Formats: sequence, structure tokens, C-alpha cells
Amino acid sequence: MTRAGWIRLALIAGALALLEAACRFGFISRDAVIPPTVMVQGAWHALRSDETRGDLLLTLQTVALALVLSLVAGAAIGALLHQAPRLRRVLDPLLASYYAVPTFVFYPLFIVLFGLNRWPLVAIGFLFAVVAVAINTLDGLSRIPRAYLRTAAVMRLSPPQMLLHVILPAAAPWFFTGAKFAVAYSFIGVIAGEFVVSGAGVGHAIAFAYNSFDNRMMYGLIVLLFVVVGGINTVLWSWERRLYARLAGR
Amino acid sequence: MPVSPDADPATAAERIERRDHGPLVDTLLLIAGLLVLWQAGSMLLGHEALPPPAATVMKLAAILGDSDFPAHAWETARAFVTALVIALCSGLAIGLALGANRLSGEVAEPLLVALYAIPKITLYPVILLLFGLGISAKIAFGVIHGVIPVIVFTMNAVRNIRSVYFRAARTMRLSLLQTAFTIVIPAAMPEIISGFRVGFALTLLGTLIGEMFASQRGIGYMLVRAMETNDTLTVMALAFLLVVLATAASTALLALDRRLHKRAMPS
Repeated sequence: MTRAGWIRLALIAGALALLEAACRFGFISRDAVIPPTVMVQGAWHALRSDETRGDLLLTLQTVALALVLSLVAGAAIGALLHQAPRLRRVLDPLLASYYAVPTFVFYPLFIVLFGLNRWPLVAIGFLFAVVAVAINTLDGLSRIPRAYLRTAAVMRLSPPQMLLHVILPAAAPWFFTGAKFAVAYSFIGVIAGEFVVSGAGVGHAIAFAYNSFDNRMMYGLIVLLFVVVGGINTVLWSWERRLYARLAGR
Repeated sequence: MPVSPDADPATAAERIERRDHGPLVDTLLLIAGLLVLWQAGSMLLGHEALPPPAATVMKLAAILGDSDFPAHAWETARAFVTALVIALCSGLAIGLALGANRLSGEVAEPLLVALYAIPKITLYPVILLLFGLGISAKIAFGVIHGVIPVIVFTMNAVRNIRSVYFRAARTMRLSLLQTAFTIVIPAAMPEIISGFRVGFALTLLGTLIGEMFASQRGIGYMLVRAMETNDTLTVMALAFLLVVLATAASTALLALDRRLHKRAMPS
């Protein structure tokens, strides 16, 4: 591990130890924050209950559905806008300020449209993620060096060959960046939806534990969720680095 | 990274034409297209599910004229502006410090990225426990959403400043603050504005979500109340208001962003 990595680890360990001490010695009220060791116990306890595992699974399924839909639709929208520069120019301001709009405000609309089930949450996760995929796909496609396309034309590649051997490999890193954001955003969208108005899922379980003053359960669930989401994001992040390193080395 | 110089397919004539009346026409086309889609969707799904644009705007006018509204709007505006100021100032300061010191930047970056990507909504109960039910919890929640992009953008901008600038500062024996205000911030300005833009959007998001959960006042609370009583017309009217305000602010910041980036190019 690098020096920065060790320092980071020491910093996190130090912060946790400080929090532990502050809670144990009563500098922070137990009603507000519980010691990290108790949080981990709470996480273990939560993981052993069938109900929590069900909530976690439900949330993961919803996120996965939103993610897959946003990847497919985002790639399609990106490719379409790349083919139609006029349309792209018209939509440009929309894409640029899309994330300024709090998508959650449309949640009630989706409840009316889809009913009180998991689909409104899928829709929120999808809406939150799809534009990041579209923007990055578009970026990747328009950054393919002209020389590649000319070379492909000289070699008389058929359109499917061109797509498979030139366009996809060249645009892949950008698409991957979009996918990385899509994972994070679909998690954020789905869990925020569960938190505010929903009857199931991890987000709801956390809100429920908060409302019933069950701090051990609440912090346990938060720790659990952060471990899952943080783990997925870290893996994606290191893959992305390798992908770009390979691109730069070529 | 390979970037082709002729990525923009627009010809010179097209570019000139676009500068004259292109953007305005494009914007009008976009607005017209969205309105047509909205109206069509409303006809397809029924007025109850998706109220049409005209009814929404009329309802919005009624809400704006309502005697309750100013108090709610003031609550949201106060929370948002306070959160924004805190997020921008502290983000700028932290970003400058992390950017100036290579090692601390390396230590902090993965932590910041991880913090950015986790669903921060789950931290809201913790914030409520720490700050209590009230405006300070909303502000804190807005800040933790908005501050991270400002830090990351500022940090990267400072890192990319050419080292000759710093050497010039040392030659002129500028103090730390002088260096920050006369060299680092102007040189990093375009990126800082990009960070402000993202930070603005996320602070608004954080403040609104904060109001949607465990709050008795503000536009977020009005939204949740309308949601619970199945009042789609009010929801759409408030959503419309927020979309228009957020888009207007974002467009203004984007224009500033692009102008600064263009100006920074020739150097």
C-alpha cells in the first residue's frame, strides 16, 4: 500500500477510536450517537434477522432493476443523440442542468402512475441514473479519434464489425464512468425514495428505526448499507482506474 | 487521452448562424417540445394522474398567492441560502488546502469519492439526533450534500495550476493569503465555478429532502403533505416551480462557467 493509503487508514482508525472514546466517556450523548463497536454489533444483529435480510435483498433488487434499465436506455439515448447533432444541440441545456432538478419531487406522480409498489422507486432510481449514462456515452462516442474511424473505413469494416472492433472498445471507458455514476445514483434514488415514502426496503427500515428510537438497529443498518454500497463503489472505482490506465498506455 | 481536434462537426457558417439566433431558437424548441410532451402525457394518463400544464400553472399562481406560502418559501430559502454559503466557503477553503498539499490530497480523495457516492439520506436521522428537529438540521443536511463536489473540483483545479505561477509567487514573496487570493483562486476560477454549479444543485436537493422528512415547514414539507393527501395538482405545481427555479439558476451558472473556461483557454 502507498504512504497515502496508510495515512488514510490511520486517519479513519483514529477518528473511529476518538468517536468510541467520546461516546464511552459521555462527551456525546448515547441518545444521539452510539459507539462504533456497538454499531457493528447492531449491524451483525440486523444481518442475522430474516426481516433485515429481506429488506436488503428487496432494495438490491430494486436498485439492480433501475440500474439495468438506466444502462440500456442511457446507452441508447447517448447513441441516438450522437447520430442526431441537431437534436443534441436542442437538448444540451436540458442535459446540462438535469441534475439541478430534484427528481424526488416527481415521486408522488409515479405513485399515482404505478401504484404503491416498487415501481415508483425503480422509476426514481432510473431517472436519477439514466442521464449520467447518456451524457457519458455521448462523451465517449464523440471522443473516438477520427483516425480510428478512417482506418476502419480504409479496412472496409462492415458496420457491425466497426461497432464491435472500433467503436465499443474506444468508447468503453467513458461508458464505464457513466455506469459507475449510475450505480451510485440508482442507490441514492431508490434509498431516498424508500426513506421518504415507502413501506419496505433498507431506507424504510432505517427511517422506522429512527422513529421508534431504536438507535442500535438504525446505526447497524446504516453501517451495513455503507459497507455494501461502499464495497461496490470501491470495486468499480479501481476497475475504472485500470481501464483508463490501459487506455493511456495504448 | 486522445481527443480529436475536429470533434465539433459544425461548420464555420453554422457556428456563426448559431451565435446569431441559434441558442434562442433551440431553447424555444426545447420548451415547446417539453410542453407538448407534458400535454400529451396528461391526455394519455388522465388529468388526475398528470395534471396538464395550464392547470398546473394556474394552481401555482393560486399557491403563490396563498397566505401560507411566504412562510414556507422563506423557511426553505433561508435554509438553502445558509447551507449554500457554508458549503461554498468551507468547500473552497478545504479544497484549497487539500490541493496545495499533494499528500493530504491523495489521502483525502478516495474518502471524498466514497462519501459522494453513498446514499447520504441514511445519515439524516443521525443529523436530526445531533442538531434536533429544526432549521439547523436542514442546513447541515444541505451542507453535507453540497460541500463535497466543491472540495473535489477546487482541489483538482489547484493541483493543475502550473508550477511556474507558484514560483512567481515565491519570487514576489507573497504571503499565504496573498498567494491564495491573487494567484490560486483566479487561476482555478473556472473549475471552482464548475464545482459551485454542482454544489448548488446538490445543496438544493439536500435541503429539500431534509424538509420532506421530519419537518413541519418549507416547500419540501408542502410537497410531502400534498403527496400524502394525493393532491397531484399541488405536487405538480410545486415541482414545476422548483424545476423552473433550479434550471434558471443552473443555466446562469453554466453560462458563467463556459465563459470562464473559454477565457482560460488561450493561456
